[in-house]
Parts: sequence; C-alpha cells; structure tokens
Amino acid sequence: MALNNILRNTLQGFSKISYKSSARVFSTSIPQLNKKEVEITFVRASGERIKTKGKVGDSLLDVVVNNDVDLDGFGACEGTLTCSTCHLIFSKKVFDSLPEKATDEELDMLDLAYELKDTSRLGCQIILSEKLDGLEVKVPATINDQRSS
Amino acid sequence: MHIFKFFKRLYSSSKTNPKICIVGGGPAGFYAAQHLIKKLKNVQVDIYEKLPVPFGLVRFGVAPDHPEVKNVINTFSKTAESEQVNFIGNVNVGEDVSIKQLKDAYHIVLLTYGADKSKTFGIPGENLKNVISARNIVGWYNGTPWNSNLDMDLSGESVAVLGQGNVAIDVARILLSPIDELSKTDITQHALEKLSNSKIKKVYLIGRRGPLQAAFTIKELREMLKLKNCNTVWRKDDFSGVSELVSSLARPKKRISELMLNSLNQMGTSGSKTFYPIFFRSPLEILGDQVVEKILLGVNRLEGTDFLSSKAVMTEKREEIPCNLVITSIGYKSHQIDKDIPFDNSKGVAINENSKIEKGFYTSGWLATGPTGVILTTMGNAFGTANLILNDIEKEGLAVTLKPGFEEIEKILKVKNTQLVLWKDWLKIDKYEKLKGKHVGKPREKIIDVQEMLKVAS
Repeated sequence: MALNNILRNTLQGFSKISYKSSARVFSTSIPQLNKKEVEITFVRASGERIKTKGKVGDSLLDVVVNNDVDLDGFGACEGTLTCSTCHLIFSKKVFDSLPEKATDEELDMLDLAYELKDTSRLGCQIILSEKLDGLEVKVPATINDQRSS
Repeated sequence: MHIFKFFKRLYSSSKTNPKICIVGGGPAGFYAAQHLIKKLKNVQVDIYEKLPVPFGLVRFGVAPDHPEVKNVINTFSKTAESEQVNFIGNVNVGEDVSIKQLKDAYHIVLLTYGADKSKTFGIPGENLKNVISARNIVGWYNGTPWNSNLDMDLSGESVAVLGQGNVAIDVARILLSPIDELSKTDITQHALEKLSNSKIKKVYLIGRRGPLQAAFTIKELREMLKLKNCNTVWRKDDFSGVSELVSSLARPKKRISELMLNSLNQMGTSGSKTFYPIFFRSPLEILGDQVVEKILLGVNRLEGTDFLSSKAVMTEKREEIPCNLVITSIGYKSHQIDKDIPFDNSKGVAINENSKIEKGFYTSGWLATGPTGVILTTMGNAFGTANLILNDIEKEGLAVTLKPGFEEIEKILKVKNTQLVLWKDWLKIDKYEKLKGKHVGKPREKIIDVQEMLKVAS
C-alpha cells in the first residue's frame, strides 16, 4: 500500500516536471515539490466547513495529517485498514466517479463505522487526483458529538 | 518580584489551573487526556498506571498478529510527551495511594482502569484442570506479568472455546496459526515455545445464539477464513432460514452473513487444522477426571421476532463434544480497586451516569461501559467524557481552589518507597524491548517480569 503510493506519487511527479522546475536542479525532491495542489473542503456534522489543500497523489488521510485539520481521532490506525476513524461521506456523484472501488477489507472496516452511508469511504483509501479539485466531503459525527453535553 | 507573585496568587485563586488525575494508562485514559489538553490549554493531566508500562490493552490485549491496531500508540505517545501530561507508572491505586488521597490532591479524578477480570459461567467442571479463561491466554501470549506461568496443556487435539466474541476468535486464531507467522510478531517467547509444540488440530467456537447474532466482527472472521493450513467447517443446520433473511438485513449484518454463507458453500478439506464455529449451544457442564475430557452442551432455539434481540432458550436436547482444553470467553468485568468507588458487582462496572460518578469524579472506557466495542468505541466514549469534564469545570466550578496535584501524591508514594516509572523511564524499557526483539527478528521482545521492567527503567 505505502509502496504503491510512493510509486504513484513519483510517477505523477515525474510526468509534471516543467521547464520552471529546471531552476531547482539542486533539489533532489523536485518531482515531489511540483505536484499539483487541489482544494478540499471537509464539512463537519455541525455544518462547519474546513477548507484545505492537498497534493495530487496524497490520500485524504494525508491531507488531514499534513494540514493538521482538527478532526478528533481521525486516522487512529494510520491508514492500515484496521479502524474506521477516517470515515468520510461523499456525494453520490463523486462516490461513483472514484476510480478505485472499496475492497472487502475497506468495507469490513466501514461496517463498524457510525453513520454508515451508501457513499461512505475510508479517507486513507482515497487518493487525490486533479479531478477531485474542489471536493467536498462530510465528516460524520463521532459518538461524543451526538451525546448532549 | 514579590508583588508579581502576589498578583499571580491572587489571580490563580479565582481561576486556577485544573489538575486532573487519570487512573489507568490504557486507551480510554490516553484518549481522554488527549482531548482534555487539546481543549483546555491550562489543564494539567497526570496519568497513573499500575504497571511500569503504558497502553493497557493495546499492549496486553491486541493480538500480536495485529500490529497495525497498535499504531494508536504513536498518538498516545504524543499525548504523553506533552508538557501538560505526566505519565506515572508503577502506582497501584487502592494500595499505594487511595482514591480519597487522589480526590484531595486533584480537582478531578477520572477512572479508566478498565476491566481486568473474567466473567465465568458458574457451571460444574469450570475448576477442572485445563479450563482456562481467554483473558489469561491473551495475557500469556501478550506478556501480562501475572499470566506468564499459565498452566495450560496443549498436547491434546481439540479445544472448545466458549463464546464467540473477537477475543474468542483471537485466541482461536493464535492456537491455529502457523508458528512461523507468529514468530515474526511480538508474541512472548514462552508462548511461542509452547505453541511450537502444540498438538491442537481442532478448535470449536461455541455460541448460544445463531449466525445472525454472532458477536465476532467481519474482519476477524475473514482472517479465520484466510488462515493458512486451516479449514473453517460450519454446520449446515445452523444456517437454516438465514439465506432467506439476508436481503432484508442492514449492510453490516448482510455482509457478514453473506461471508458465512459463501464459506459454508465452499468448505474445503485441504488444511491439517480445522476451525468449527458451532451455534445454538450453551455449556451445561465440563466433564473429566481432574482434566477436561468433554463438554456437555444444551441445544438452544431462538425466541423473539426481532433477530437482534431474540433470546436463546434451551431445549431438552443435549450434545457432547470431546475436548482436551476448554477456553471460557464470555467477557471481561471490572473490579473495585478502592472502597470509595461506587461499584455494581453484578455488571462489573463503576456506577455512573453518562461517565459521571459524582461531582469531580468520573469514569470512562470499559470500567464505565462494560467490556464491549472496538477502539473507536472507547475513543468516542473517552472524548465524550472529556467534554463532560470540560463543561463541568465551568458549570460546577470544579477548579476554583488551589490543589497540590502530583506534588502531594509524590510525597505519599515516597514514604511507601514506590519506584515511579515516568515517561522517560518507559522510553528506556521501550528501547530495551525493541533492541531485544531485533536480535530475534521480532518487532519487540516484551519484558514479562515487573522487577525486570523496574530495573531497566531505573
């Protein structure tokens, strides 16, 4: 999985080396730095919107981690498909357009999630592409949000 | 300078830094601490742990072949390294220091010491040799200090596990797994040695109700179905009526039922070991002359229209299954570590209403809810408890007077000569265990003995 991502990132990076980047020949990580950024909006159960950016090739879990997006307990197992804390809900349209469908293992974990919807996915399994620019995803409430306190 | 101090004191007497004491350094304690320090910048949280090592059931409960689940340790460690948090290990609350002393020293006491006892059936034969609780086996392969000398005989062929939760499945899987898979994990050396000489061929997983009510989750079942050199064999009769119901079920129940039905239709015979889930059976008696020989089961039928809440009712029919080892796995329960904790002995939980025991006194995790759910459940519960505490600090004025916190407790522990294991000391143990593991190709070789832990920590 991780290796896949690295490979994917690298390939996507290489395909985007532009003339501009030749000015930075001294850096060894040019391909990584030049990855295109897309805009992502996380919508909390309360309706609050958190706008952020992620690099093409990153997962939605990476986006949350890299930008310190304040979502409690998100990604507890760090993307190893052993929890459902990065559960996100997509619009039908985006959900249908996602190139990789959920595996049995992802669905197994989603089955334990609160507020499971037909368009639920785990954020760690969704890899950003340019097509996802402007993506809006719903963050389900964890039980503590539902409890009146 | 003096004037400054004077003003500081004046200020802090009207609004002091809340000092919170958490009893139990497992997931509930760490998640609560994480939420408290995130939401309240001036809070001081001290986590007391009975053992010299942190993380509770993440270290001692999560199966060794599930290392990914233990990634939560990274987040817990970040919490522990915060300036607002102290980890204080090797403190046995109830013995070294009392709840009353903690309440006097802190504004808030939160109990998260979990559920460390096993429920029992109370049936004849439960005291026979080789009848063992799943909890003790989990502790044995995971390095719980008091389970290291577990007297368990694995020289027989068949095992009956009573209960069908994920702990029951974990134990069944460990007993049926190829030894070279286990030797790459952080399983204890004593367990590895014993398992490598195990003669176990069959493991029965026996539950009161039917496939639709099974407590194990789909991930754990799928793992069993994929286990190398092991066949899963179901009883066709247990599934009568299930396929007709499947289409009407909600997705999670539907998927796990379909997985069982698919497996039922593709039962293989290639492996040398067998996993037998058996439904609709309640244990009546464990039979044997000193050592387990067989188990007597009552045949149940279900009563009730809603399949989720339907009850198992025993019929006159009986079944006997020969077995050499019986593992009881019907859940954990907590115990009262101090007389000042209101406790419900029948449920095995601290008496609480939505996490609150009384003003300034809270509980969370399995001690509060009973031992159910995955780590997500405990996390949600702990965050909820932390929110409640934060609200009450304002609403009930829980932190208006000055309290000494750890300063006072340290004095008490000093008199008792308790060796405190702070976070920096745990890091020594951590480093030592990882290094020791590296030599034998394991991620970690856990220290089992508390005295050895303390030696490495000092």
